[in-house]
Amino acid sequence: MNKTQNNKAWFLVLPVLLLVAFSAVIPLMTVVNYSVQDTFGNNQFFWAGLEWFEEMLNDERIWNALRRQLTFSAIILAIEIPLGIFVALNMPKKGFWSSFVLVMMSLPLLIPWNVVGTIWQIFGRVDIGLLGYTLAKLGVDYNYTQNIFDAWVTIIVMDVWHWTSLVALLAFAGLKSIPDAYYQAARIDQASRWKVFRYIELPKMMGVLMIAILLRFMDSFMIYTEPFVVTGGGPGNATTLLSIDLVKMALGQFDLGPAAAFSLMYFLVILAISWVFYTVMTNLDKKGM
Amino acid sequence: MARITLDNLAHSYKPQPVSEDDFALKELNHDWIDGEAYALLGSSGCGKSTLLNIISGLLHPSQGRILFDGKDVTHAPTAERNIAQVFQFPVVYDTMTVHDNLAFPLRNRGRDEAYVAERVGEIAKMIGMEHMLKRKARGLGADEKQKISLGRGMVRKDVNALLFDEPLTVIDPHMKWELRTQLKRLHHEFGHTMIYVTHDQTEALTFADKVVVMYDGRVVQIGTPEELFERPEHTFVGYFIGSPGMNVIPAQVSGNTAVVNGSEIRLTRGYSGLSGKVEIGVRPEFARLSRDEGLPVKIRRVEDVGRHKIVRADFFGQDLNVLAGEDESISPDMTRVTFDPAHVNVYVNDWRVPGAA
Repeated sequence: MNKTQNNKAWFLVLPVLLLVAFSAVIPLMTVVNYSVQDTFGNNQFFWAGLEWFEEMLNDERIWNALRRQLTFSAIILAIEIPLGIFVALNMPKKGFWSSFVLVMMSLPLLIPWNVVGTIWQIFGRVDIGLLGYTLAKLGVDYNYTQNIFDAWVTIIVMDVWHWTSLVALLAFAGLKSIPDAYYQAARIDQASRWKVFRYIELPKMMGVLMIAILLRFMDSFMIYTEPFVVTGGGPGNATTLLSIDLVKMALGQFDLGPAAAFSLMYFLVILAISWVFYTVMTNLDKKGM
Repeated sequence: MARITLDNLAHSYKPQPVSEDDFALKELNHDWIDGEAYALLGSSGCGKSTLLNIISGLLHPSQGRILFDGKDVTHAPTAERNIAQVFQFPVVYDTMTVHDNLAFPLRNRGRDEAYVAERVGEIAKMIGMEHMLKRKARGLGADEKQKISLGRGMVRKDVNALLFDEPLTVIDPHMKWELRTQLKRLHHEFGHTMIYVTHDQTEALTFADKVVVMYDGRVVQIGTPEELFERPEHTFVGYFIGSPGMNVIPAQVSGNTAVVNGSEIRLTRGYSGLSGKVEIGVRPEFARLSRDEGLPVKIRRVEDVGRHKIVRADFFGQDLNVLAGEDESISPDMTRVTFDPAHVNVYVNDWRVPGAA
């Protein structure tokens, strides 16, 4: 078959190219630009090569932030995924209560992130917060502004509160797609509840669960607003996650070069992890999930 | 193995059924004799699957009882009834191997591994999947998956009954024939009570000792294939079974004559005092075209289907089918039709009236 060559077609993709260029490629390139130069103000730039990258890779501060970040993501995944599945398994399958529960579950997802932060910031305050005050009156020594453990508990509980619904809704969608015949066959085969979960529900949910894990991992890996509003990265640097550290560096200290190098590496890490997830998911698809 | 008794059984999917129309399955009394192979035949939505699911305990009937060997199991869960069921669409456990799929019902009942391995081997041989026992079930074709489902249904020897809900729908025609033969052989060998739901009359007639024909939520006839052919108890049985189905012609019947549009047809039995919608039913096999005797017809079309010819004719403005042998010649001057009097059935409001000798 002869392919028709018509270069006019390029004009059709031009609008998209322009849009992507101005919204993504050019801003990203300015970051690249900063990452290889040094400036002392007055818009004077000096070539720095890979110096910033080397400095960042040798900086204990970055590695500590990354360690905190991975810990945070691991903890919230370990809580939200099983909890989300558990909630989905116990949601009503049809009727009024099913719709009602679905709406209630989506509510936290609709709240703007900084509002979620503010809600928890106030909720946990020892002087006026419902939670903080109650705990204080009950004699529990809770203070997220001073105690590292309390600060971590607060941002983790907040994230679980905010995002478990997403996992639950995705898992629920997966469960709903299982035909009744599977459950009937399992009853006839005398499968236990655990086996029904292990051999029917879990395999059928695998596809959506991978999406849920990817979304939750990415989101938590890039999280900024909520912990920043609640703890501001403190006490000390205890809850300074990667984005918070990056913003501190770029805007707080105005270290443009190092911050640019940092963001590029951050970006590449996310890209690499997304690729891994993508590969795993397409392989699952090929196996006929 | 068990005798299954349905006692005044009926089911409605509505919570508060009012009229008879609300019932997907109308009141039914029947004994499924231990060790017989039954086919439940009927068109889609006639209540076949409802009945099957009640027997297996996946559904609880709105009224009536169901007994296994005289023991009431109406409210017993599926597991207690010890029944195997195969569904229309394949159900396999994707993440397990073919072997583990077949072993699943046995392992769940705590059978020892030696027995499990032996049974799985036998079943795999029966469904022709010995060579792929170690493969994961995921990624197999629909008919292979359905063979696994069938195998899982048959793997337990001690089941009370084996139920099949149109299990061969997704299987290709060649394999269908083979699997049906296997099922039949299995039946002869082990004598399980088998109930096989289908809307395919060939499947029903070749598989079963007795065919249960359902229509609109009601069992209209239970009989051997021969009885269904010779004496359809309901006009639905007449035209659902047979290809083409029975001719049903409105008539006035009194004594031993039927009158259709002023012409008389002789009957072998006597009828009196019939009221309601009176019809006679004649299978195309028992109608014959002729030049000079019988009632007037007009031939519209002749279809030669090999073994015989199907003559589509017009009979007082209504369709009439006549079967003619392959060697019989049909000519345009054959403008009359005769019916074999011994095979003319009389129906009142769709139900057959036996008549008096």
